[in-house]
Amino acid sequence: MITVRFFAVLKKLVGREVMHLDANDDHLTLKDVLDRLDKEIPSFRNTLREGRTLIAVNQETAQEDTLISDGDEVAFLPPFAGGQL
Amino acid sequence: MMPQETGSTLEWVRIQEEDFSVEEETNRIKERSKRIGGIVTFLGTARDFSKGRDINRIDFEYYPGMAEKRLNEIRERALQDYDIIEVSIIHRVGRIETGENIVLILVGAEHRKDAFRACEWCIDELKRITPIWKREETTQGEVWVVEHP
Repeated sequence: MITVRFFAVLKKLVGREVMHLDANDDHLTLKDVLDRLDKEIPSFRNTLREGRTLIAVNQETAQEDTLISDGDEVAFLPPFAGGQL
Repeated sequence: MMPQETGSTLEWVRIQEEDFSVEEETNRIKERSKRIGGIVTFLGTARDFSKGRDINRIDFEYYPGMAEKRLNEIRERALQDYDIIEVSIIHRVGRIETGENIVLILVGAEHRKDAFRACEWCIDELKRITPIWKREETTQGEVWVVEHP
């Protein structure tokens, strides 16, 4: 199971705070997770782009090719109170 | 050589809902080492007016775990990169009324110059890399603040 968390304004934009996805693939990447979320949440990738969202996997900054395993936590972080990372 | 640690790193970096005492925290830094000759303090407080809007109160949200980790990294880098003796960083979260304390950074050093530089670097870095978000409740509705100098 992969835990997905949304923070601050993103919680409101996507209408939820936490989601859980099945980790049914051994070679899952962050891109795969984004593709799945895009199917479940309308205009998800556009929302991320427009919001200059940072993505963290297990609390470390991640890229689309970052590998995702069962038990991982993926967090979507809008720009912080002092500006973007 | 740095003075020996008297407690865990966590004690010098805290995220909490409750208010803090600037005096008590300053004394903790002072007691850290007799070599300290100056302490620079940055105290961030909740203003009642921003970008043309009256603010009633502020809510701070954070990413538990990652936020503490980033603050610890900031403290450790400041201790490495500047000629200072101790750094303390405390950030409040949750609901904060106007006029209340938000964030406290204390830097103790032998001499003032590095303490000033390190303190400024710490608050800039805190705002840049720490997953803490600010929602202002204004007379014209709620606003998520994304950038402040």
